[in-house]
Amino acid sequence: MLSADDFLVLSPIILLAASSVVVMLLISLKLSHRMIQVCSLILFAVSFASLFFIQNLLPYYVEPLLVIDRFSVFIMGLIIFSGMVVSVFSYIYFEEKEESPKEYYVLLFLCTLGACILAISENFISLFLGLEILTVGLYALIAYLRGRHHNIEAGTKYLILAAFSSSFLLFGMALMYLQTGGMEFSSIASSLRKELELPPLFLTGFGMLLVGLGFKLAVVPFHMWTADVYQGAPTPVTAFIASASKAAVLAVLFRFLLQIDGFRFKLILLIIICIAVASMLIGNILSLQQRNVKRILAYSSIAHLGYLMVAFLPGNEMSIRAVSFYLTAYVITTLTAFGIMIVLSAKDDDAEDIESYRGLFWQRPELACILTASLLSLAGIPLTAGFVGKFYILASGVAAGFWVIALILVLSSVIGLYYYLRIITTMFSGTKPSVTTEARQHPFYYMLSLMVLSGLTILIVWFGVSPAGLMHFVNDFGLT
Amino acid sequence: MILIYLIGILTFGSALTLLSGQLNKGLPKWFALLTLLSGFVVLLVFWISNYKEVSLQSTNTWITEYYHNWIPAFGISFHLAMDGLSLLMLLLTFFMGILAVLCSWTEIIERVSFYYFNLLWILAGITGVFIAMDLFLFYFFWEVMLIPMYFLIGIWGSANREYAAYKFFIFTQASGLLMFLSILALYFIHGQNTGIYTFDYFDLLGTQVSPTVAFWLMLGFLIAFAVKLPVVPFHSWLPDAHTEAPTAGSLILAGLLLKTGAYGILRFVLPLFPRASIEIAPWAILLGVIGIIYGAILAYSQTDLKRLIAYTSVSHMGFVMLGIFSFNEFAFQGVVMQLITHAISTGALFLLAGMLKERLHTRDINQMGGLWTSMPKMGVIAMVFVMASLGLPGLGNFVAEFLILLGGFKVHVVLTSIAALGLVFSAMYALRIMQKVFLGPNVNLETAFSAKTDLPDFSLRELLVMGSLSICILWLGLNPQPIIDTVKPMINGLQEIYASPIITQNVK
Repeated sequence: MLSADDFLVLSPIILLAASSVVVMLLISLKLSHRMIQVCSLILFAVSFASLFFIQNLLPYYVEPLLVIDRFSVFIMGLIIFSGMVVSVFSYIYFEEKEESPKEYYVLLFLCTLGACILAISENFISLFLGLEILTVGLYALIAYLRGRHHNIEAGTKYLILAAFSSSFLLFGMALMYLQTGGMEFSSIASSLRKELELPPLFLTGFGMLLVGLGFKLAVVPFHMWTADVYQGAPTPVTAFIASASKAAVLAVLFRFLLQIDGFRFKLILLIIICIAVASMLIGNILSLQQRNVKRILAYSSIAHLGYLMVAFLPGNEMSIRAVSFYLTAYVITTLTAFGIMIVLSAKDDDAEDIESYRGLFWQRPELACILTASLLSLAGIPLTAGFVGKFYILASGVAAGFWVIALILVLSSVIGLYYYLRIITTMFSGTKPSVTTEARQHPFYYMLSLMVLSGLTILIVWFGVSPAGLMHFVNDFGLT
Repeated sequence: MILIYLIGILTFGSALTLLSGQLNKGLPKWFALLTLLSGFVVLLVFWISNYKEVSLQSTNTWITEYYHNWIPAFGISFHLAMDGLSLLMLLLTFFMGILAVLCSWTEIIERVSFYYFNLLWILAGITGVFIAMDLFLFYFFWEVMLIPMYFLIGIWGSANREYAAYKFFIFTQASGLLMFLSILALYFIHGQNTGIYTFDYFDLLGTQVSPTVAFWLMLGFLIAFAVKLPVVPFHSWLPDAHTEAPTAGSLILAGLLLKTGAYGILRFVLPLFPRASIEIAPWAILLGVIGIIYGAILAYSQTDLKRLIAYTSVSHMGFVMLGIFSFNEFAFQGVVMQLITHAISTGALFLLAGMLKERLHTRDINQMGGLWTSMPKMGVIAMVFVMASLGLPGLGNFVAEFLILLGGFKVHVVLTSIAALGLVFSAMYALRIMQKVFLGPNVNLETAFSAKTDLPDFSLRELLVMGSLSICILWLGLNPQPIIDTVKPMINGLQEIYASPIITQNVK
């Protein structure tokens, strides 16, 4: 039976679920797109605010499926925040491209809900449940602009691969269940505690779980779909995939690994190291030759997930902090970069080609500055959040003695520098006759988007210059 | 407080230039000039009023200090401090900054406010580098100066600017990250030894590190500084960056950015890793000497005037390497002199190249010749700095190179003798500049620029800039004592580390 406290503590989730229903009802009332957008923005804000009311009850267990501690509330905050920002950006984008953009918001709520469930799940069942809610929503979102064949291609690709990886995930869970007799992370942990060596059956199961989650995270070698889906999906959806969906999957994988104390086993450590190193190197190398900004960001996100995996390795308090900090920086920065791309998009051109950024600095200095800040943050240059995040990861890695990995991280981020700089150089060089995008036709939303973007940029710089506040906040995290 | 003031006024000034550019295109340069002048005057007054305290028998090498917590969770503080070396470097920074603004006065006509914004940001970064006493903060400033420099080259440079800007950025960033790893390692080693996790320079001094680890850490630092300096195998970004940058960019690169490399070795590598430094010394000196000869030979074979001057920098910075790793007082004093005089003499040559380019629209020395007749004032000034560059007694560079050779000779006779040969080569390239550009028949010129045979000589502004530089180089050549006195306490400190028997004995 659920108690009153259970309801209270689950209120963000319940609110998100209810929001999707409310939005659906509002659509049936034939409200305008703008009304729907405003309502969903308010609903997002309400669920976000509800996170602050449950602070006193933490940590809280909803046996046997969910755990709500400071870390998971933080991740939920990131996810709902991303959903909210994406919904702001979506208005202009979809108003221009689609005759019936309203159902989009229902799906966005569902995806956010799925991601949040992932973030708080402590059991294979809730993990799978959250993952499927998230993924099924994404199938539809990716293929939302059904008139354009890129979207359909991307949607199909994602559908097939995600379904495929889900089956791997299920089989992996079954094998681990067979070995340990538990679905809860804690009972798996207690049954593993007795083992000195990793049981082969468990290892097989774990490998399959990693395949399943690895696809969602798009780490090497499960990264093949990333660039195509990023490119094909509507840009706001890409932003959502890159931020919220990755944060959620990463959080649950991290929780699982820490809970079962997986880094005790050399083999698991080795697997994670290999994935991290391969992601950092291959992600950065593959984006060198891209001319499409969405694809560049796709490959760069592979590399960033690699960096985050490095933060996993020490498996102690320090890695929780490093992961939380870096994830925050990464989510904010990614949202900013995609936000600029959305604002610059025209009716039938998504501002994907690097050439469409030529001379941007001289025509729209404010947008160019914001994009520059976010790219520099992705590259990890001081004065930005990305730098402090990278410092955190390097510090946690070096403290635990992962020298070679730290060195590889450094070298691969130097490779990464090249393509970030290329976008920046393009913005500063040459001039192109100014193009007025449709964004100008919606002055209110254009201003709102600009305000959100400026706010995000201020956050990027703020966390880069004065990270003590966020660090202090993150320092309280501990997995229970 | 002066330290905060210096950084504050630069960042404040940069914001002011950016904003004032919205009102009027003429304003930013005035604001930039005022900012730098006020900083320079404050520093000069500070130097003169504290001269007694700063120099000679001072027991405490640190003149002034500022401390503020920044990220306490990691033991990172906003710790600034200044000793004689920092003071001189700051004076140089602001002096060069003023000249950089003056030489851009008419050269930069596009995107003016953003230009001066970047210029002041670079100077703020460099200022920070010279006074940061927290390793994290140091790295922070070290990176802060890169991005505006990247923009300066990439936006206002000449034809091949984007390539040069990339190369500059990636070289320095890659080497900087290696240094960052070393800093982190030092931080954790110190933390594990003492239980105090801090990035503070004074705490990290004397950290017990096993010799092999110390060697690698030292290498991480050294590579970052060697790329900036530049030492020969890492120099290839320099000719491109210098050549493509606008005049003020070349001036700041040659005058200040290279100096941060030498400063870093003196401030961090030598005191933090004395044993490892002694171990690497023969190799470092060898590379320095190779740089002296190699830079000189390449300088001789260039036809692009700016590229030629860029290679002379490689050659001159070889002397710095030789001096630093000779570990004695003469050599250290020579190094500091060399940093200042090289900034002035090479800076002046870059300014001349810029002025010639403004008039002739070319940097190719084969298209120049006989310019003395049309521009006698420029010819005379050029003669002064060419002579300074080849080390003529009476001018500053002679004092510097003489001291370095004197110090080096005590330690490595053969290598120092080869380095001395570099002076002969420098005479060759230096005289070639004079001959090709200012002497010889004016024929080329008349055919190429027949429409405009009458080239304008120095304007008042240019005369002011070049005149002040000439006075400086002459003053440094005739009366180097104030410089020597000011850095003496700092050099004595270094000297003590390397004279102590414990350190020298343990190295086989």
